[in-house]
This record gives sequence, C-alpha cells and structure tokens, in this order.
Amino acid sequence: MSITVIIPTILRPLTNEQKRIDMEGAKVSEIIDHMEQQYPGIKEKLVAGESAHRFINIYVNDNDIRFQDGLATNLRDGDIVTILPAVAGG
Amino acid sequence: MLTIHSKLIAAMITQALTDHPIETCGIIAGPTGSNLPLRLIPMRNAAQAENFFMFDPQQQLQVWKEMSARHEEPIVIYHSHTNSQAYPSRSDVELATEPQAHYVIIPTYHLYNEEVRSFRIVDQMVIEERVRIVQQYQPELELQMVA
Repeated sequence: MSITVIIPTILRPLTNEQKRIDMEGAKVSEIIDHMEQQYPGIKEKLVAGESAHRFINIYVNDNDIRFQDGLATNLRDGDIVTILPAVAGG
Repeated sequence: MLTIHSKLIAAMITQALTDHPIETCGIIAGPTGSNLPLRLIPMRNAAQAENFFMFDPQQQLQVWKEMSARHEEPIVIYHSHTNSQAYPSRSDVELATEPQAHYVIIPTYHLYNEEVRSFRIVDQMVIEERVRIVQQYQPELELQMVA
C-alpha cells in the first residue's frame, strides 16, 4: 500500500527538505506513525490527542479528512495525502 | 520591502470594505522566488468572524495545487482588521507558516484610514517592512496581473 505524502514548506526541515515522500499505511494515522519513525518530531506538528491539529488540514486526494473519518480515514494504494497548514489568524 | 502594483492594493481594499465587518482574506500569487505579487485570489473566510479568519480548507487545497502546477507561491497573504490597527495579532503570529510571504493587513475601521501595512513573520517574530506602491509593472508582467 504505497501512499504519496505532500509535505508543506514549513515541515520540510523535518523531512530533509523533501516535498513528496512515499509511505506505507492503510489509514492516515498509520502513515503519520510511519513518518514519525523516519522523521522524528513530525507527529506532534500534525496531531493533538486523537485528531489532527485544528489548524492543520489533511486531505486524502481532494477530500478533507475532517469530513471523512479523521485520522482513521482509510487509504488505498496510490492515494495522495496532502498536508497543508491552515492559513488563519485574527 | 514589498513592491506591489496600485491596482492590487486597490483590489484588496475594495474586498476588505465589501466584507466589513467580517474579516476578509486572500493571497496574491506570483512566480516562485520572484517576490512579485501578480495574481490576486480572494479566499472564502471559513470563520466568517469579525476578529478571525481561516481560509476555506477545500478552496485552499485547490488554490495551492494550482499554484504548484504553475510554479507559483503565495507572495502576499492578506487579511483585514475590522476594529484594530493594521498590526499582526497574537493569533496572526502564532499561525503564520509562510516565512517567505509578505503578510499584508488592511484596516477597515475608519480611524485607521485604510493604511495598508506589510510584515514578515518568521519563527514568531514580526518585522514590519516598507510597502512600495508602483503604478506599473513591466508590460509583459502587467498582462499576467489579475487584480
């Protein structure tokens, strides 16, 4: 189950400046756990407790995981997971 | 320093005044590494609040994919302040994630006289920069401008 993960600029210092990385996993949460093994420190940037950080957008292909099963969203071979920090402020 | 066409400034102010008292937001994309704002893209404020904005996540994905395909980046990230001065708020600083971008703030509260200001926000540090408004770009670039 090979999944492509698109990494935003702000997190690339943690992924040796790679913009796309290939990961194995059947759910978004598994992908994040596998990323943490290879790129320690990345999980805490993405996850707070049982869900993604409020201001981190995670998409499977074109779909925001908030409107699917969150971190439990299932993945299929060839899916693209895109991570984008929300643009927000006051 | 932010160098920006007057039409782009005018478009941001018009959008901000139209959306007032809700905060307005958007980006101006330009070629990666160019530091040249060209294509203004108003974003939907998913928060629909007077003191907060968040780009609609679905629109953000589409716009970011489009920029990537066109070898562009967000040169300017703008939003309005509806009842405070044009200086980054605490949440503006905490949530800033584009160190290469010019963070532009447009005040829509009449006391602040629509004075548009620009900042860099890097590692939670705010640095104000000069805004140089120009009346024209080079002709071929002006043709690509969307204001």
